[in-house]
Order: sequence, then C-alpha cells, then structure tokens
Amino acid sequence: MATVVAVIASTHHPFYYRASTATGEDRPPFADEWVRKILTFRETLTRADPDVLVMVGSDHFHQLWLDNMPQFLIGKAPFYDANWYNEEREFGLPRMLLRGQEDLSGHLLREGLDAGFDLAFSNELRIDHSITCPIITLRPEADLPIVPIYTNIFAPPLPQPKRFVQLGRTIRELVESWPSDLRVAIVGTGHLSLELGGPRQFGPHGPDPEFDRRAVEWIANGDLDGCLAEVTLDSLHAPGNATHGFMDFMLMMGVAGAGARADHVDTLDLFHTMEAYFTWYPNGAPTA
Amino acid sequence: MSRYLLNKFLYTVDRDAELVERYRDDPRGTVAWWEAERANAVLNCHTGEASTWLRFTDAEREALANHDHVALFSLGAHPFLTLTLFIAMFERDHAEPLGFQKQYAVRLAHFDLPYPDIAT
Repeated sequence: MATVVAVIASTHHPFYYRASTATGEDRPPFADEWVRKILTFRETLTRADPDVLVMVGSDHFHQLWLDNMPQFLIGKAPFYDANWYNEEREFGLPRMLLRGQEDLSGHLLREGLDAGFDLAFSNELRIDHSITCPIITLRPEADLPIVPIYTNIFAPPLPQPKRFVQLGRTIRELVESWPSDLRVAIVGTGHLSLELGGPRQFGPHGPDPEFDRRAVEWIANGDLDGCLAEVTLDSLHAPGNATHGFMDFMLMMGVAGAGARADHVDTLDLFHTMEAYFTWYPNGAPTA
Repeated sequence: MSRYLLNKFLYTVDRDAELVERYRDDPRGTVAWWEAERANAVLNCHTGEASTWLRFTDAEREALANHDHVALFSLGAHPFLTLTLFIAMFERDHAEPLGFQKQYAVRLAHFDLPYPDIAT
C-alpha cells in the first residue's frame, strides 16, 4: 500500500512569487525573511522524498461558479493547466502545467463515494493559486504528479467545519489503502484570519491576531477537539470575512490526525495576514 | 434581490480583459449592454443557450453603473469578486503599493459585524 510520507498545511499567499523574484527597488523589505522561511519549509517536503502530491485547495471563482457549485471535488485528469488570466494580472503568477496521478484520483473518488462523501469530479480542471502557490513554495520544479482536491470555503452555503475534518481523515485512510508502492505527500492550503473586500483588509497585521495565535496552537498540537469546540460557520465571520478558508487547515488537521503534533511549525506576520507553515511526518522524521 | 446576477456581472467582466477596460471607461453603458446581452447567458454551456428571467434591481444597476463598491458590499455582492475587479480597474491610478486597497477599506469603515449576507 502507499505510504503517506508527509502531511503539510500552509497558507497560500499569491504575493510570494512576485516578492521572492523581485530585485532592486521592486523587492519588498519582507522578501528576504519570507524566502528564508519558505526554503526551510520546502526542505521538509524535499526530505520526505515524495512521488505523488495530493493537493487540497479551493477554487477562487475561476472554474467553479455559482451555477454549478460543488462542495468537494476531486480532479481526475492526466494533466492540469494552472493559473488564470486574473492571477497573472494581479499577482504576476506564471502559467504552469502539472501532471496528474489518475489512478490515485480514481481510487479516492471510488472509495470516497463508498465512504459516504458524494464527491464531485472534473476531467478537465484548470487549477488556481490555492494549489500553485504551494507548488511554487514547496516544489518549484513542479515535477511530481498531483491529485487536486477542491473544497468550497468561498460560496455559501458551506459544509460544516466537522465535515472538513472528516474528509481529511478519510483522505488519509484512502491514500493509505491505495494499492501502490508510491510515497505520497498530502499538502493543503487555507488561511488564518483574513479579510478581503471588507473594511479590515490590508491592515498592518492579519485582521485578528488573537485568532491567529490560537489557530496556530490548535494546528501545531493537533488539537481538533479544542478547535471544533470553538469554530463554527458563524464564528468564522468574526476574525475576517475570508476566514472560512481556515476550514482547509481543519481538513489538514484531520489528515494529520487528532493529537498529532506538527514536526515543523513556522509563522510570518506579514502586513495583512499571518503566514503559517506546518509539516507532520506520520512515520517519524526522515533521516537526512 | 439578485446577488447572483451582481456576482455574475463581476465574474464575467473580471475574466475578460477587454470588458475590464470597457467597464472602467464606460460603466453605465457597459452595465446596460451587459444586462441586455449577457445577463441571461448560461455559462459553462454551449454557446447561445440562455435563461429568460435574470435582471438587476434598480439599486443593483445603479451600484454597478456608479462603480460604487460600498453599495455593492451593502447589497451582498461577493467581496472577493468586487475587490478583484476593482483592483484590475483602479489600482493603476495609485502610486503607493496597496494604496487603492487601503482606500477601499477606509470607504467601508462604517460597516460593523455582521456584514451584509453574501449567500446566493
């Protein structure tokens, strides 16, 4: 059976690509520290030596739209084009092409349906920065086949937080039941407190530093009980109007498992959001 | 109340570079044209298939025709869609990095929680 060699949860900041590649006057003052933290984070995936990446993210009204909105969707295609015109325009993100791992996509769909998740699927999925940002930060070679999984954290009505946790737990079980010798890393991205298009956007810190502090503790300690006791669809409005993206972190806590303490934890207090990076090694940290 | 249609306008204009410029330069004319010609187009479908019933309320049409992102927020347009399109149209007019985004937030400062509902 396949081995889960790393579980990784991260914020996905679309400014990283431009900040990290800018030079001279265009290079923002926070870029060097950000790059340093990302290189350390990247090493946690590199050391796990994965063959396949399961990538959890959320489409930002690119391909998935309100006339036909899935709650949870798995891509099943041999290739995935990536990034969209408005992401090039606003963030300078490059067009990318990633290979797919269709056999694992098919396994997750079949077994996921049988496990009680009525998963949508797509055979032609163009992925966006929720999945390409972690490719850029963690595996810029973009050389590993992927299985993209999209969640709806964006267009209410949304699934309940506990459902994200349950899906994460199920993804972990299903990857570990995939009849394959391959080494799989499960990578997911979300947000801590975040406001976009509202009065608290682009402040000197994230809109709710106290929420961020507690969220990092929940994730780092695998404190699913504490997190689920406090986080509801309603409560997530308070830290910022885009904070429902935190449910993808909760999904990744489900993948990592209750009580699983992260092997790597790092944060960066950027001007309008707290960046956060976590890696778990289910089978112990790899030796160098 | 047609939050869905407001969002559909923002979504379809945002992803078309020519329409972004046209909406920036002629908001009222673009909104009128779009409502007449595009509002009912079924997206993600064979070209030419259309609905028959979608139209803006007067308040929604005015908010779009005036580039009034505060009114759009108040009407429950999806904040991400509004922000993304307005950055595309107006960030270029501000020299300071994130200057437009910060001004955008200040104009919304009178909103307290809970914000207007965005469910469609």
